[in-house]
Amino acid sequence: MTSERPKILTDKTHIPGIETFDVYRKNGGYSAVEKALKTMTPDEVVEEVKKSGVRGRGGAGFPMGMKWSFLAKPEGVPRYLVCNGDESEPGTFKDHWLMKTIPHLLIEGMIVSSYALGANTSYIYVRGELMYVVRILEKAIAEAKAAGFLGKNILGSGYDLELYVQPGGGAYICGEETALLESLEGKRGNPRNKPPFPAVKGLYQCPTVVNNVESIATTSWIVNNGGDAYAAIGIGRSTGTKLISASGHLKKPGVYEIPLGLPVQEFIYSDEWCGGIRDGHHLKAVVAGGSSVPILPAAMLLKTASGEDRLMSYESLSDGGFATGTMMGSGGFIAMDETACVVKNTWNFSRFYHHESCGQCSPCREGTGWMEKVLHRIEHGHGSMHDIDLLVDVAKKIEGNTICPLGDAAAWPVASAIRHFRDEFEWHITHPQEATRPGAIFKGHMELV
Amino acid sequence: MIETSDKPRIEFTPERLERAKELLTHYPEGRQKSALLPLLHLLQEQEGWTPTEGMDYIAELLGIQPIEVYEVATFYTMYHLEPVGKHVIEYCRTGPCMIMGGEEVYAHLKQKIGAQDGETSADQLFTIKPVECLAACGWGPCFQIREKYYTHLTIEKVDEIIDELRK
Ligand SMILES: Cc1cc2nc3c(=O)[nH]c(=O)nc-3n(C[C@H](O)[C@H](O)[C@H](O)COP(=O)(O)O)c2cc1C
Ligand code: SF4
Ligand code: FES
Repeated sequence: MTSERPKILTDKTHIPGIETFDVYRKNGGYSAVEKALKTMTPDEVVEEVKKSGVRGRGGAGFPMGMKWSFLAKPEGVPRYLVCNGDESEPGTFKDHWLMKTIPHLLIEGMIVSSYALGANTSYIYVRGELMYVVRILEKAIAEAKAAGFLGKNILGSGYDLELYVQPGGGAYICGEETALLESLEGKRGNPRNKPPFPAVKGLYQCPTVVNNVESIATTSWIVNNGGDAYAAIGIGRSTGTKLISASGHLKKPGVYEIPLGLPVQEFIYSDEWCGGIRDGHHLKAVVAGGSSVPILPAAMLLKTASGEDRLMSYESLSDGGFATGTMMGSGGFIAMDETACVVKNTWNFSRFYHHESCGQCSPCREGTGWMEKVLHRIEHGHGSMHDIDLLVDVAKKIEGNTICPLGDAAAWPVASAIRHFRDEFEWHITHPQEATRPGAIFKGHMELV
Repeated sequence: MIETSDKPRIEFTPERLERAKELLTHYPEGRQKSALLPLLHLLQEQEGWTPTEGMDYIAELLGIQPIEVYEVATFYTMYHLEPVGKHVIEYCRTGPCMIMGGEEVYAHLKQKIGAQDGETSADQLFTIKPVECLAACGWGPCFQIREKYYTHLTIEKVDEIIDELRK
């Protein structure tokens, strides 16, 4: 069974020494660079990526090939490819794992992607906390350069590429692509107004593509095997595989490469994947795509409103809209059993968003602070029923009224927690003593699985 | 920040100055300000924190105003704007680590070193700093000391780590 699963990013990750150039190369590494630079035009590479249907893995799920085709190409102006390795969305750790485990996969992807886009200087922006990963990547880049895969006239093709790693300074907002570009220019990470989009005016006001680590890492496979072969994996418009960061109360948390379309039930309970919920406990709720996406009660996650098995795909996870669905997001899958307090977790996430708001727009700056305060009050047994409506109201006022999507990302967890777990919020208000006892567990009517 | 003139000047060691110069080659002509974040990391690696005199020195290296360095250093969470203990323990306080038992583990950590959030222990050995998600959620609870990640933390593991660092 396991061996039949398509492996696009993790087929080599078990090999000892795969982080070194020699081992990676001996196992077929850098063949995509050879194929692309020697036998394909840049446009042909773009075409294969388009055909693959691969969607951006950083959260928004925008088709990668389409994004690439929007890149402006004015004469005499440099173009840039910037890889987004900021990975700061709570619940997400797949890019961290991929970069430290198989750095050359990302570097190979950066080379073929930069070639496709006509970029001669590219950057991998990595969150500053991952300085040890920055050093791993720098070492790998030096190895690739020494072997002639980077620098001037790569493999005699006439194509030049310099690749650099840039550390961030600690700020979730720098994962937002325009804030990332500001940060890369040595400034505070304040998101820019769009338009202009980075494809027209990005890094140093030049046309720029920003893609997630996982997105870029898939391109070598696509070049080697063709876009059609990639599109044959997965389901519908969710083509290929996805790295899922599984955390929380699972028997086997970790990073998994799943074929898109895998039933959620199977992902959680099969021994091939997470192996179920830790012994003696039951699944209560899941945040399926990183802290920004709506939280769902277990039953609603496993089955769609029409009673079908829910699948790990962009479409199925969002089936039912926000009334009964959620989103794929970055693939940060946080499972909570009955011991987890939804109010506390929502407060924790609200504090996160308040802390990380860059403060440029007042609905986000004020709204996140307000939500944090009210949630703190409820969690600590000082809330009122009116507070619940107040939270819903504040979340609504933030949504859609900000420069960047961090505002929405802060509003959705609160709105969805109240939508699906209102009784747990009410219990904190009506039974403050019980609810604030250490280790208190809400035993409402919620259905555990 | 005004009376900096009578404080000793801070400069990079020769090796770090080499690294700084190499960094400047990563960016196109006229875009050297891009090196600011990496240079602040280099300063912190050398001094343990980012003193104003060091930031002024970076401004000189980049040919920009000191205020441009300060406003960036204060935006990001990793730069220590005040002196810190020998080891800064940056523990993850975000949801996934908390539901994995983070609260108990961190409470024990603080008790063991005798410092609360933002404080430095009396022996100047440890500073405690709560941080947000470190992209290690499936391996939590976790903390970071300089560049090293410590994952799958338990009370026993915290004891071992701290005892080791005290030696
Ligand atoms: C607040 C915020 C944080 C984000 N953080 C990340 C991140 O850490 N990594 C990432 O790849 N994309 C992140 N994104 C999405 C990026 O803006 C951008 O869409 C993405 O990097 C594009 O790459 P992709 O199309 O390959 O997914 C974030 C967006 C927002 C609004
Ligand atoms: S929504 Fe929040 S984080 Fe985004 S630009 Fe506005 S204030 Fe900054
Ligand atoms: S929540 Fe602690 S590392 Fe992500």
